[in-house]
Amino acid sequence: MKKVILTVDDSRTIREMLRTALADAGMDVLQAEDGVHGLEVLQSAMPDVIVTDINMPRMDGFGFIEAVRSNDQYRAIPILVLTTESMDEKKDRARRAGATGWIVKPFDPVKLVSAINRVAA
Amino acid sequence: MDTMAAIKQTFFQECEEQLAELENGLLAIERQEGDLETINAVFRAVHSIKGGAGAFGLDDLVRFAHTFETTLDLMRSSELEITPALVKLMLRAADGLADLVRFSRDGADLDRARIAQLNGELSRAASGEAAVPTIEAAAPAAPAIADEPAADENGFTPIRFSLDDLLGGPAFSADETSANAPLTVRFKPKPELYAKANDAVVLLREIRRLGEAKISCDTSEIPLITELDPEGAYLSWAVELDPAIEEASVREIFEFVVFDCDLDIGIAPEPVSATILTLPEPAAPAVEAAFAPAPIPQADTATVIPLAPDREMTPTETLIKAGQAQQPAAAGQQTTIRVDLDRVDRLIDLVGELVINQSMLAQRVTEAGIARLSEVAVGLDDLEHLTREIQDSVMAIRAQPVRPIFQRMSRVVREVADMTGKSVRLVTEGEGCEVDKTVIERLADPLTHMIRNAIDHGLEKPEDRVAAGKPEQGIVRMTAAHRSGRVIIEVSDDGAGINRARVREIAVKKGLIEANAQLSDSEIDDLIFHPGFSTASSISDVSGRGVGMDVVKRSIQALGGRISITSRPGRGTVFTLSLPLTLAVLDGMVVTVSGQTLVVPLTAIVETLQPKKQDVHGLGDTSRVIAIRGSFVPLIDIGRELGYRDEEADPLNSVAIMVESENRSQSALLVDGIIGQQQVVIKSLETNYGHVFGVAAATILGDGRVAVILDVDAVVAGSRADTGRSDISNRKRNAA
Repeated sequence: MKKVILTVDDSRTIREMLRTALADAGMDVLQAEDGVHGLEVLQSAMPDVIVTDINMPRMDGFGFIEAVRSNDQYRAIPILVLTTESMDEKKDRARRAGATGWIVKPFDPVKLVSAINRVAA
Repeated sequence: MDTMAAIKQTFFQECEEQLAELENGLLAIERQEGDLETINAVFRAVHSIKGGAGAFGLDDLVRFAHTFETTLDLMRSSELEITPALVKLMLRAADGLADLVRFSRDGADLDRARIAQLNGELSRAASGEAAVPTIEAAAPAAPAIADEPAADENGFTPIRFSLDDLLGGPAFSADETSANAPLTVRFKPKPELYAKANDAVVLLREIRRLGEAKISCDTSEIPLITELDPEGAYLSWAVELDPAIEEASVREIFEFVVFDCDLDIGIAPEPVSATILTLPEPAAPAVEAAFAPAPIPQADTATVIPLAPDREMTPTETLIKAGQAQQPAAAGQQTTIRVDLDRVDRLIDLVGELVINQSMLAQRVTEAGIARLSEVAVGLDDLEHLTREIQDSVMAIRAQPVRPIFQRMSRVVREVADMTGKSVRLVTEGEGCEVDKTVIERLADPLTHMIRNAIDHGLEKPEDRVAAGKPEQGIVRMTAAHRSGRVIIEVSDDGAGINRARVREIAVKKGLIEANAQLSDSEIDDLIFHPGFSTASSISDVSGRGVGMDVVKRSIQALGGRISITSRPGRGTVFTLSLPLTLAVLDGMVVTVSGQTLVVPLTAIVETLQPKKQDVHGLGDTSRVIAIRGSFVPLIDIGRELGYRDEEADPLNSVAIMVESENRSQSALLVDGIIGQQQVVIKSLETNYGHVFGVAAATILGDGRVAVILDVDAVVAGSRADTGRSDISNRKRNAA
């Protein structure tokens, strides 16, 4: 079965890059522009993996991860944080919020897919 | 276009949006209207640009954005006090970032020294003034970035912690691992690992992908079912790996979970475990088989239980997954679509043809003597109505608010203010006013020049302003409004107004006018539109780029627009641009002159009248005027002016069309007769033929004939040159 990936990023550029990379790897892609939009999409979809940005308007990545983890229905969805911050501090905060793993931008499509494979059942 | 190129285009489009957001945010902060969210938005804008730039290897852009972002981050966390000087620096940095984006996009000119200087200023602001410098801020910008490519190269390898500290034991580096000694992994997940949706089975599956592995599961810690915490972690694994497998690739698999498990990767000192399960290829079913005996707690929190090899779906999940086919569409619901401009233009062209066709048909119907109330004629009326509506809708697609271009001007104001040492505030109104995209694009240069002029020449120096009893800060105002089918853009300043004595003096010195010429105030003001005229005593950085107001005027005219000036000494100057909303169609009056059919743009026409004998007066040898309501207006014979005939037309057998040209002066154009009013589709004559004096463009009329559209301003100016009433425009005529 095709993996369904929800990508949450306020940058159209990054959303497009993710979509291209994931579609090339044979995955279905759902898109959201920020945390609030991401939660809306989740109301009618159960992705296999979520890839989210941290810096976003309305609801940032940390808030989004916490919201997903505190919901019984979605809490088991692996979440990869997509961030330019290679700083441990940001990763740490994301982990504390419940992130499954992280991807440092700019990402290599192969590494992106391999990261998804490392967290997706 | 390949995918990457298309995404890159998206990136640069997005950059423009982010730059606008950045500038707006900073301006709001400067006006003290910003809140934390404003700073966040500003930060995000720079951050987004940096993120995208990294993906395309735009290193200069990444480097600068990084330094910028670092400083903004300190502002955001209140570690850096937001002072007017700091905001000013941020605004300049935003301009620098915009330059870098444009440089990266199309190799526009880039002042590298300025970028380097800004970079330095930003770094200093971040490190020097920060109350509590963070590591990020304290580190010089360049090295901070220099670290990143190493990370980028390997995707997401940079886990910068010491496994020694973490595990309290010696780390096994790849070097120490001899190729022959098999690696062993001891892996005991903590509950946190599962809580973050990591999955031990997935990790073990990934290990299996590296090569042969003997995996054993220790189930000894599983408690009695009554004591079992469904979210607990009771299993641990030992894995013996094929000697060919490298330690680094194993560590990469555990990258995300090192904090949430006990992990020991090293060379096996002893046999791993008593219960080794050797997993044959192919892996997946075998893994299932291997783990099947492990007691899996069947709690309702099945979602966090790690061991279901292919996680059983709950009925709800199954239901949701079944409905997922529709999801991408539902999630991607958008209210806008992006369409290639060529397609819109093709549509506009076609609608233009439709308009022509429709009016040709209408004319045939009239010629055939079909009754107005016949079904054919009524149907044709409906068609005309629909055609107009289609036309309006299509034009609306091309219409865009003038906002972006107004926003761009705030940067021009900042730069010129800095250069001239004047204090200026830009006030804009009517940014939402919509105009054809082409008109907007071609307005950028003229507006930039007008703004530069307004500050450089219009506004006084701060001390002079204070001496004149004005506030030290000058105001440049830019407004846009729709007025009778045109868009009116005004650029005004509250400066000293045009120094008419000086303008006159220069014009005389440059031989533009006679020393004793009698000129009205507005005629003197109009001199600044004359080619080569410049009031600046030296070629300053600001306005001395060899471009004068004459170029501004020509570019506005090329858009079918008009420019005029009004100035009041001590109060300031107003430049008024009147522009068509679209460049594709025009409402015109169709007239005949010497057997030729011409179209006079309706926007220029004030009234039409039949000259009476007593109203027409000769003036000198060749020129004539017509008296209208007590004032005299020059009478211009279009037939002669355009060279259709040599002899003067008889005014009494002609129609006079009163027109207003760009300086608001009126003239009467003499034509043989009026055919009617009609909307015509503009076809460029210059593109298809060449420039012809007095002709703005051509069109195709309802009967299929080609008619030229009169360039009223050029004809009026040309006629004035002929009469010698003023020799201001004679060069124009000669050039034509």
